Amino acid sequence: MSKTLSKFEYQELVEKKAPGSRTVRNVLAAFVTGGAICSVGQIIMMIAENYGADKETAAAITSISMIFLGAFLTAVNIYDNISKFGRAGALVPITGFSNSIVSPAMEYKKEGYIMGVGAQMFLIAGPVLVYGIFASVIAGLVYFIWKQVI
Amino acid sequence: MAKKLGTQTVVLDTQPVIIGSAAIVGKKEGEGPLARYFDDIIEDEYAGEKTFEAAESRFMLNAYNKALEKSGKSASDIDFILSGDLLNQCTAASYAFRDVSIPYFGLFGACSTMSESLVLASMLIDSGAASNVVCAVSSHFCSAERQFRFPLEYGSQRTPTSQWTVTGAGAVILSKEGQGPRITCVTPGKIVDEGIKDSNNMGAAMAPAAADTIMAHLKDTGRTVDEYDMILTGDLGSFGSQMLVELLKRNGIDTKDKHHDCGTMIFDLNRQDVVCGGSGCACSATVLSSYIMERFRNNQLKRILFVATGALLSPTRIKQGETIPSIAHGVCIEA
Repeated sequence: MSKTLSKFEYQELVEKKAPGSRTVRNVLAAFVTGGAICSVGQIIMMIAENYGADKETAAAITSISMIFLGAFLTAVNIYDNISKFGRAGALVPITGFSNSIVSPAMEYKKEGYIMGVGAQMFLIAGPVLVYGIFASVIAGLVYFIWKQVI
Repeated sequence: MAKKLGTQTVVLDTQPVIIGSAAIVGKKEGEGPLARYFDDIIEDEYAGEKTFEAAESRFMLNAYNKALEKSGKSASDIDFILSGDLLNQCTAASYAFRDVSIPYFGLFGACSTMSESLVLASMLIDSGAASNVVCAVSSHFCSAERQFRFPLEYGSQRTPTSQWTVTGAGAVILSKEGQGPRITCVTPGKIVDEGIKDSNNMGAAMAPAAADTIMAHLKDTGRTVDEYDMILTGDLGSFGSQMLVELLKRNGIDTKDKHHDCGTMIFDLNRQDVVCGGSGCACSATVLSSYIMERFRNNQLKRILFVATGALLSPTRIKQGETIPSIAHGVCIEA
């Protein structure tokens, strides 16, 4: 390429000139969207408790309902638009996790139920599950050893 | 016979003529500023097929048929098809042409495939090996997303330098004689890698390749930018274009208002939510075979340098921490 710029200088130039993310807008949108999703969860929980569910059952009902809502909104092609607006506010809650599993399941149905849906469903959620479970095992071990020491 | 000029330009003796061209695009492109120039707008992203991959082949075949019809030639007149796309193993092209029964070459130059095919077809015609050659390329937003990025319904985030893959196909029929703009010389590009790693910033990765080919072309031919009506890059997008102009300026070349980029022409960047503009093989191909050909017909263009740009990456190599090698092939088209 040009003899006037080294590779390193070019990369620095790109870094300097590249348009940045609209951080303030994104953080606000994430706050509002994430807050709204959690409020829906809270309402479901309060309704469940109101009908006599104990705290643990109410939490389970809430999780199940939110996962269903995430899956449903993905299936009707709405969740990706919520994510586009709400950014991490829509990705972090459990509805985003549901979106990450349902969307590849929909996408890869064309390759069949085994090699498509079955093999690709955890394309995005897979790493989260692997390291989530790994972290919980470590935490469990630490807790167990701690208990023995005390 | 063709003559090599300077380090990498080839001057054609038999100047191949673009006797027909066609552009078929999808819905979003059909809502863009160039909508009225396209031959057909297919609103259904499946184009009546069962999968996005089959839809892409359908776009390709339709563009080929339309271009053939406009050129007044029949399939039996065609010596070779040079075609490519973005999908693994170039299957949009090979599945599109499996029933056509014409000698076929599958090309991969990523988004530069339109100019790569024009370069090779021109040389084939100039060598006397062919009289009529079809150059056809395609890309499809949905098939590209599933191969290179995420499932469509996943709420993935677009970064400020990302681009939007154009859905469509462009086909050009080159002939050793006839009416239309001619290809007078070609400048095949070298692979250039300036160390950009972000696959969501392909404009910046490809800009040095475009600059390299444009500078080589000008040096080899001894021409200046003023001798062209337009320097037309493929899909650098708004940020890549900014980097190209900057790179050329630092090398003493002022592009003035001559540089245009198909990626920023095919979509309205303010209105269509495509961030830095269009990308994909079909981006430069559809703009060239519709709007640019129309402007040649109306005598608004006399000489352009068409430089489609390609990022020669794969998701695997990017995950392995590699940088993005890029390429740009120059094609000089004259009225």
